[in-house]
Amino acid sequence: MNFEMSDDRRMLADSLARFLADTCPVEKRVDVAYAEPWHSDAAWAGLAELGALYALAPEEAGGMGGTGFDIAVVFEELGKALCPEPVLASLLGLRLLAAAGQDLEPVLAGERLAVGIGELDAPYDLDGIATRAEGSRLTGRKSVVYGGAGAERLLIAAQSGGKLALFEVKAGDAQVTGYGMIDGGPAAEVFLDDTPGELLLEDARGALEEALDAGALALCAEALGAMEVVQGILIDYLKTRKQFGQPIGAFQALQHRAIDVGIEIEQARSIVILAASALGGPEGAKRVAQAKFLVGRIARLVAEEAIQMHGGIGITWEYPMAHYAKRLVMIDAQLGDTDWHLERLTEALAAE
Amino acid sequence: MDLNFSPEEQAFQAEVKAFLAEHLPKEIADRVGRGEEPTREDMDRWHAILNDKGWLGGSWPKDFGGQAWGPIEQHIFEEECAKANAPRIVPFGLKMLGPVLMKFGSPEQQAEYLPRILDGRDWWCQGYSEPGAGSDLASLKTRAERDGDHYIVNGQKTWTTLGQYANRIFCLVRTKFDGKPQEGISFLLIDLDTPGIEMRPIRLIEGGYEVNEVFFTDVKVPVENLVGEENMGWTIAKFLLGHERTNIAGTGFSVQALAQVKALARQVKRRGKPLIENPLFAARLASVEAELEAVKITNLRMLSKAAAGGRLGAEPSMLKIKGTVIRQELNDLARRALGPAAAPFPSEDLDNLAIAPQGHAHNAGNYFNNRKISIYGGSNEIQRNILAKGMMQG
Ligand SMILES: Cc1cc2nc3c(=O)[nH]c(=O)nc-3n(C[C@H](O)[C@H](O)[C@H](O)COP(=O)(O)OP(=O)(O)OC[C@H]3O[C@@H](n4cnc5c(N)ncnc54)[C@H](O)[C@@H]3O)c2cc1C
Repeated sequence: MNFEMSDDRRMLADSLARFLADTCPVEKRVDVAYAEPWHSDAAWAGLAELGALYALAPEEAGGMGGTGFDIAVVFEELGKALCPEPVLASLLGLRLLAAAGQDLEPVLAGERLAVGIGELDAPYDLDGIATRAEGSRLTGRKSVVYGGAGAERLLIAAQSGGKLALFEVKAGDAQVTGYGMIDGGPAAEVFLDDTPGELLLEDARGALEEALDAGALALCAEALGAMEVVQGILIDYLKTRKQFGQPIGAFQALQHRAIDVGIEIEQARSIVILAASALGGPEGAKRVAQAKFLVGRIARLVAEEAIQMHGGIGITWEYPMAHYAKRLVMIDAQLGDTDWHLERLTEALAAE
Repeated sequence: MDLNFSPEEQAFQAEVKAFLAEHLPKEIADRVGRGEEPTREDMDRWHAILNDKGWLGGSWPKDFGGQAWGPIEQHIFEEECAKANAPRIVPFGLKMLGPVLMKFGSPEQQAEYLPRILDGRDWWCQGYSEPGAGSDLASLKTRAERDGDHYIVNGQKTWTTLGQYANRIFCLVRTKFDGKPQEGISFLLIDLDTPGIEMRPIRLIEGGYEVNEVFFTDVKVPVENLVGEENMGWTIAKFLLGHERTNIAGTGFSVQALAQVKALARQVKRRGKPLIENPLFAARLASVEAELEAVKITNLRMLSKAAAGGRLGAEPSMLKIKGTVIRQELNDLARRALGPAAAPFPSEDLDNLAIAPQGHAHNAGNYFNNRKISIYGGSNEIQRNILAKGMMQG
């Protein structure tokens, strides 16, 4: 057994951490993440230059990694930096393009693309997708498409001839309305009305499930990174904030809660490791569902407890931790929330 | 035992409902129902409508223009207002300063300020907290030094809710610098137009603006603006803490929030079915509903005791804790029900896209903003300390 990170991944983590600290310091984040285009073109280009995207795609498809651990390393760093760059969209796109045997090079080099799967009435489930294709023309609406604002290309899941298919659409051919999110970063509504597309996969179900699992793992790792930072900020605050003539961390009522937060974060770390190791294997879907379920619950706990133990300052815009807390809560609603993944697990239990 | 309101109370409830149906402006109720902050005009307008009816200071004694409502009537009124999506009555003048002046103010102060609270000429804000004095309020440092017939005030207040609309602030200030900190505090009324006062906005987590920092530099305040005697401020602050506890659990807000979440869960879908049919979500909803039903009864038990003249002990602190946690859970469900549709940063540009069903664009923002309710007004930890102290002494 060895829980050490490989040297390559350690180097990637270090260089990413340095790059993110220089390029998107959290103090400047509010200016970037909440104003159009809700991310920074320069930071995006820098991330691509650094090779961060290569780590998300397997070698046989032209990447330099693509395993669960590669994904986890990258996203944990993005989470620590609270980086609003829509790397998740590229991860989903790379997985799908690879499954369709497409050239990944433009995306690896930093082309912005986004993946439209969820819809208003089917935020998480593939079966509920109502967008449909007649030949290669698409009609429907994709909602809260992460990274959709500013993407040049869209990959769209749509019903076609009784199967779930995958199409590529030029962003310019669809009606894309971009906006920022409450926790920062770009998203969009995508309206398709007899919009021309190009068929990439006739039966995309397996590829979509695989991509969504990779995406859910990435979000868990991102949350883990953000939780670690919040924990650090919380402990510092407990040591420095004084009330009643002593640091508030001297009150046992708060000590025990801060400790519980720490215990839960270790649970999150372990389940992320487990899911990362299982991704792509026979247990992958189950482990990812376990991870997204646990991390969803823990991330909310960490956010709420950290805010509460800060008092008023914890809910101010000026205080970076507040933005971490928002991300931690909102991450749950991406690619299946705690209830969604718990349901997957209960169904699997019944079938055991 | 009889869990029903008396016939008179029921009649009053019906009267309040009818009044709200007729007089609460629809556009204001709609805004509140959508989870948006009521505008300043909304609040002024609603106060004026209530004042015309004589209900704005309903729990004030008749001599001061009120109706002398008891705790149960006050509760019925607040509960019905919340259920009808009326804007919350701004509490600083009506529920805080008003009762303080009635108990500790001079006849001149009462005559000067009480009518202006009712008719809206004065908008008061509360200047207690400071950057270094939150839970430990007695450590406050803003100082008022006597200079002839004035105090000279220097220091800083913070978290001043709706200070941007206020023309006056009531402050706890330090007037004695030795001895026990509690013994050197005074209660001072300050006109915000006085030179030397600067107010700066604090933006909250979801992006909204409702609190401020207030800086005082050599601010001259006439001595007649002192309430009660010098160094009596802590007694006054403690009196206020024990006052007006009827709405502490905010059950009316929760009842309204629960109804909204239920309606939303019928509207949105998961796996092709209404969310309300999803067993996990339904379990969350049913759990919080059971909690709410219980806390409503705890609240009525307290009110009934208070109405019979009983002394309240642990009840307000318990209700503050339970009531806020339940409201926050409902806010969580309202956000959760939307799934990713909760994520867009609310803006008018997005309204016509109807990403979230109508009236729910602020669900995530409200969830974040309402983390405040377990922090202010004595945090839930401080409430537990109060309860623990009572337990160990009892
Ligand atoms: C939105 C909002 C509006 C407000 N409006 C007003 C207003 O209009 N006027 C006004 O004067 N004030 C207002 N307040 C201030 C509010 O009363 C304070 O935020 C509150 O008293 C807590 O103080 P603090 O924020 O400094 O937190 P701190 O007191 O620093 O507390 C930090 C944490 O330590 C905990 N803690 C502190 N002491 C103990 C202890 N002994 N044992 C265990 N835990 C402890 C607290 O519970 C909290 O979790 C407002 C606050 C907010 C957030």
